[in-house]
Amino acid sequence: MSSAAPESWGRFPRATPRSVDDVAWTSDLQLHGDQQPILAYGLGRSYGDVCLNDGGLVLAMEHCNHIHVFDREKGLIRAEAGLSIADLLKVTIPHGWFVPVTPGTKYVTIGGALANDVHGKNHHRVGTFGCHVSQFELLRSDGSRVTCSPNSNGELFNATIGGLGLTGVVTWVEIHLTRIVSRRIEEESIKVSSLRDVVRVTDESDAAWDYTVSWVDVTTRGAKLGKGLVLRGRFSTAPDATLTTRTAEPRITIPFQPPSWLLSYPTIKVFNTLWYGKQRSAIVKRTVDCESFFYPLDSIGKWNLLYGKRGMLQYQCVVPSDGGLESMQAILSELQRGRVSSFLAVVKKFGNVTSPGILSFPRPGLTLTLDMPNSGAKLFDALDRCDEIVRSVGGRVYAAKDARIKGRMFRAMYPELDRFLPFVDPAMSSSFWRRINSDQ
Amino acid sequence: MVIIGATSAIAQSVARRYAEQGVQLFLVARSEEKVRTVASDLLARGAKRASIYVADLRMRDVHADLVARSVADLGHIDCVLIAHGVMPDQKLLDVDVDATIDSFMTNAVSVISISHRYANVLEGQGGGSLVGLSSVAGERGRRSNYAYGSAKSAITAFYSGLRARLAPKGVHVLTVKPGPVDTPMTHGTKLPLMANVEVVAYDIERAINKRTKVLYTPGIWRLIMAIVRAIPESLFMKSKF
Repeated sequence: MSSAAPESWGRFPRATPRSVDDVAWTSDLQLHGDQQPILAYGLGRSYGDVCLNDGGLVLAMEHCNHIHVFDREKGLIRAEAGLSIADLLKVTIPHGWFVPVTPGTKYVTIGGALANDVHGKNHHRVGTFGCHVSQFELLRSDGSRVTCSPNSNGELFNATIGGLGLTGVVTWVEIHLTRIVSRRIEEESIKVSSLRDVVRVTDESDAAWDYTVSWVDVTTRGAKLGKGLVLRGRFSTAPDATLTTRTAEPRITIPFQPPSWLLSYPTIKVFNTLWYGKQRSAIVKRTVDCESFFYPLDSIGKWNLLYGKRGMLQYQCVVPSDGGLESMQAILSELQRGRVSSFLAVVKKFGNVTSPGILSFPRPGLTLTLDMPNSGAKLFDALDRCDEIVRSVGGRVYAAKDARIKGRMFRAMYPELDRFLPFVDPAMSSSFWRRINSDQ
Repeated sequence: MVIIGATSAIAQSVARRYAEQGVQLFLVARSEEKVRTVASDLLARGAKRASIYVADLRMRDVHADLVARSVADLGHIDCVLIAHGVMPDQKLLDVDVDATIDSFMTNAVSVISISHRYANVLEGQGGGSLVGLSSVAGERGRRSNYAYGSAKSAITAFYSGLRARLAPKGVHVLTVKPGPVDTPMTHGTKLPLMANVEVVAYDIERAINKRTKVLYTPGIWRLIMAIVRAIPESLFMKSKF
């Protein structure tokens, strides 16, 4: 790997590994205790520091992207951990198979999707990515290669799903895919005027729609707080010829890092007003390609550079549905008090399909996600207060998005850590893991 | 399509493009485990068939056999991509004659031996493409890389002659000169203008379709090398790169 030190998507914090090994063949890969701390790195799409390993050895897995088997009848694919969802879909869509769960970008590896146990717009129906993994191989620093499935090495299987890469290096993953007969998504976008309506329309939609998510304006105050658009969609069930059309690559790439004021409170307020205002009617129905439905931002390469030199933070939490509206309102007012600017906020309701992952983030309830330019201490203080609100109602924050939570707070949110700890490989660690355990 | 050195990063990337189009592949490499991994991958990506042949290509006696097997396996050969090679550490070769000759056997002699045999096959067929991976490093002997560079230089000259010989027979001979490509082979080396392997693969496929004679990839290297070739030797020998 010739490039500079690997970054996370938020570009905060920065880390300088001791060395970066570009792994070409998983069969050649060995972990040595004296190389610790070791961490596997995929495409760097987690936001904070779960993918960083300051001072340690980083194993760049991107080139380990061989597909072992693709069963076109059963919709089962087994591939090396560095395969991206983008690459996977190029192979599977023409045969009528889609990933069962996808995050908001296709530029993630399946190893990263497993380690962070990612979720998508269909969580209320099918749970997390890890719910669809039938087995994988884990390389440990004692030299062993362990095949893990629910029936074999089950607890190591559970620890590795959502295990943030700390249990070893995943070499290959086997996934059950979802049947599709068209690339097209039937989409409806419903304009709502408050956070309360967001929750209400989401509840109505979840029963009949596979994919739901809401974009919410969090810069308005009072009763209008949380006006937004509820988006719901499902794959078209009418077979058509779209499956074999080629997919688009990024059209534009942000070529340089603009000044930090570009995305600050005033500009974001203007953007949010325009975004909400662009939809005139109460409901818009249309048919769109699945890539523009699932990956609207992938058409702009490196959009994270727009946040400037200091980078951005993303905050994602989940709170129980009961009183969830009030918790979200409390968090948003807390951020407004601190004049924290956020671009679009995203709201989604998690369902009750349980992931096997011990440290898996989703829990039944409402999840709120905010992108924020890194404005320093004031933002950090406000987020600390949000953590308090989240914890007080029994909620939690998502490690894959986090760059700043206090270890004590994280440990309080994840009592499952006790069950997880015995499976951590002694040679594996990350910047996140050391941060979380530094205030023991 | 025949691919020699099928486990190299550039070869894999080209092979995936052809696999998606459902072609039949004959893959040659040294490591059985790795070439099996590559074959499974290409089948999953759509290749109609992927046969493998495992050989250490420094052993010249296997060349005739591998060519014969590939002809028997595929019947008609549309394209041969010769992509095997090693990137030795010049500092070690400076003090080791045997290692220098060894790298030349892999990077030049075996390439010429195999290319020559396929040239004769394609000539007999009266068509097809012979694609050889040379390098911009073959244009001048650099202090830091002259064993590798001189081997690539031999390939460039050999292919130039083959092209002239086979053009009247309808056989297309393509010399590929990549600039530095970001692959595991170049790991740890810091070179300017590192290219993405997928860009190189795209260029190669296009050059095969357009029956290009000499491909610089990425294209900027055609210009850079024109300048590099013009540097007087007395100046060039003092350059550090």
